[in-house]
Amino acid sequence: MRPRRKRLLAVTAIVAGVAAATTLAMLAFEDNLLYFYNPTQVHAGEAPTDRMFRIGGMVTEGSVQRTEGTLKIRFVVTDYKESIPVNYEGLLPDLFREGQGVIAHGRLSDSGEFVAHEVLAKHDENYMPPEVAESLHLPTPARPST
Amino acid sequence: MIPEIGHFALILALLLAIAQSVFSLGGAARGHAGWMAAGRSAVVGQCVFVAVAFGALVHAFVQRDFSVLYVAMNSNSQLPVYFRVAAVWGAHEGSLLLWSLCLAAWSLAVTGFSTSLDAPFRSRVIGILGLISIGFQLFMLTTSNPFERLVPAAAEGQDLNPLLQDFALTVHPPILYLGYVGFAVAFAFACATLLEGRLDAAWARWTRPWTLAAWLFLTIGIALGSWWAYYELGWGGWWFWDPVENASFMPWLAGTALIHSLAVTEKRGLFKSWTLLLAVSAFSLSLLGTFLVRSGVLISVHAFATDPARGIFILGFLTAVIGGALILYAWRAPRLKSAAGFEATSRETFLLFNNVFLIAALGLILLGTLYPLFMDALELGKISVGPPYFELVFLVPMLPLLALIGVGMHAAWKRGLLGSARNRLLIIAGSAIAAALVIGAAGFGEIRPLTTIGFALALWVMATSIAIPVGRLRARLPIPGAVLGMVIAHFGLGLTTLGITGVQSFKVEKDVALAVGDAATVADYDFRLTALRDVQGPNFVGVEADVVVSRAGEPITTLHPQKRLYNSGGNPMTEAGIEVGAARDLFAALGDDLGQGRWSLRLQYKPLIRYIWLGALLIALGGGLAALDRRYRRSAEARAAAAVSTATARAP
Repeated sequence: MRPRRKRLLAVTAIVAGVAAATTLAMLAFEDNLLYFYNPTQVHAGEAPTDRMFRIGGMVTEGSVQRTEGTLKIRFVVTDYKESIPVNYEGLLPDLFREGQGVIAHGRLSDSGEFVAHEVLAKHDENYMPPEVAESLHLPTPARPST
Repeated sequence: MIPEIGHFALILALLLAIAQSVFSLGGAARGHAGWMAAGRSAVVGQCVFVAVAFGALVHAFVQRDFSVLYVAMNSNSQLPVYFRVAAVWGAHEGSLLLWSLCLAAWSLAVTGFSTSLDAPFRSRVIGILGLISIGFQLFMLTTSNPFERLVPAAAEGQDLNPLLQDFALTVHPPILYLGYVGFAVAFAFACATLLEGRLDAAWARWTRPWTLAAWLFLTIGIALGSWWAYYELGWGGWWFWDPVENASFMPWLAGTALIHSLAVTEKRGLFKSWTLLLAVSAFSLSLLGTFLVRSGVLISVHAFATDPARGIFILGFLTAVIGGALILYAWRAPRLKSAAGFEATSRETFLLFNNVFLIAALGLILLGTLYPLFMDALELGKISVGPPYFELVFLVPMLPLLALIGVGMHAAWKRGLLGSARNRLLIIAGSAIAAALVIGAAGFGEIRPLTTIGFALALWVMATSIAIPVGRLRARLPIPGAVLGMVIAHFGLGLTTLGITGVQSFKVEKDVALAVGDAATVADYDFRLTALRDVQGPNFVGVEADVVVSRAGEPITTLHPQKRLYNSGGNPMTEAGIEVGAARDLFAALGDDLGQGRWSLRLQYKPLIRYIWLGALLIALGGGLAALDRRYRRSAEARAAAAVSTATARAP
């Protein structure tokens, strides 16, 4: 193969690759973005009702209710202005505790409650998730996790 | 006193790093042999003083010197001595020191093993390594001094994060760093080449073993991280597409592309400037990875606001390294001309596609990792990119890549795929698809498209790898280390693919509430909770469960998951109980006391998961064998003679 055809092949391959990659990224990206909202924003109706999002705040003291002997749990997430009840069934992360920050993935039910399918523990015991800290206007901790 | 010695040693190391770059680069520019020799001596001195500083920090941890802020923040008097040593690299400041130590060690190794390179080139490599050292040591001394005193001294330390109190995670950072820093050598070689403006086969031959060595450490480091996440994070996942993981995976992808591109540059003198660009990218991504993970930027972009000096230094350093290298590249790379052709089915074409697919995957992962950071920094809302995005954009380039690997290995340089090889490959492809269908149907009772594709590609890659040494033995040809390395690494990749396909297709996870005596069924295994008891460790107390697993009435094993509470306070930790097997893992993690005598448990059946990490180890082993290939160890004269002969012969 002559150098010119070789170059043509290389350029075509790269352009095709980049085009395919871009298309793929555009399609996959929008579907998989998870937005974060605090309880005040949810109350104001800013959160979507037709797709999943993340909610975060503090677990209100005394709000955790278990259905005895099952995995069902209900707790209230607050940003000290508004509160949202959260329903979840499953194992909770080690870091879940009343009075501490939490992030949950899930969607809003018709009754205005948040149905979580995952409760996150990406933070360590020394700080709360940054989204939560910022939505509470607390200073963000500088110490990294791992 | 000892911490001050460490601090002072760090300052001396910085001064020697400055001497190392000035004398090496200046000496090379002016052709002054004495200066170049001085630069080499500075490497030795720098290495010694960084080691002294590191030793001083280890000493402070071992002696429980809580008057040092970093020690007080990251250890505790009850922490066992093994973990006190590992706590040295448990957080930001100590990690940087470890990074510096790795860099000093690599610099020393390069200086020691490069006597056959021509003197100015060798000095330029050493000089550029020195510049990187200066950056790191200056960063430590100005913003992240691990020897900073705490006045008054703390009576007790805060303790190492319990998640890090584990064997795999104590060795994970040093190995990962050896990989990250190893790419600095490829980077320095690339910059030195650009400075000289000429690139020959000897350059590629020189860079290859160093790059392979760095890449093999990175491979092991990533595999260890994945293994640790599986058993220690408590929930049985092995890859989360977390930014922390992506930070180490992106340099690995760039490094993988680099070692393949280097092969073309060495054998055929092609892709020269592309190879240089990859060498620059691999190290730039390593730097980015280090800072992403260790600077706190992932926790919050605004964390920098609390310590602006650190953020500004990091951005400045990244800009200087990446920008400087790219400017050098833009200025000098056009001089490097590749002048050779190749056939459409030649090995060069397959390696080109390898690079296209790897870089496409890398670019898309980079986008998904950095996009939330940009959005956050620009106050455009808080978002996260979910794992489905990463899975899709990674899978799509990887499937054709795996398909092409099998053909590429059998294609000759320049000339293309030979007739006999073509028939053999068709037979292997047919058998792989048939076997994949059988595995799906017989092993798991189901045939699914993506699962079949995964198994077929895994078997295809493994079989085409084995076919190479088999064919060579039959033809009574020798098998050089480089060929054996390639075959083992690709076989390992097939094995990893097999594990990923198996576990992603057929895993079963169940969260259950059990009282003592209750049982739950997961994928025809019965998990019965038979006992709960209190346990006491060196620095924790906890609850341990006995979970007896049986299948069709036959007892298989007893799992012992634990819930621990560390004495230093804080949250409980989950220690999973795992039964390891060649065909599957059985996994139980203990959750919380639910009341009425019931506990929550997560039970899992994970088929073939071990092959993910076994494959990764083989990939690393292959890299090691290739790096030790005899041709890299010949003398300079023999190398020049060999360059002529390998260029004409049908190369491995």
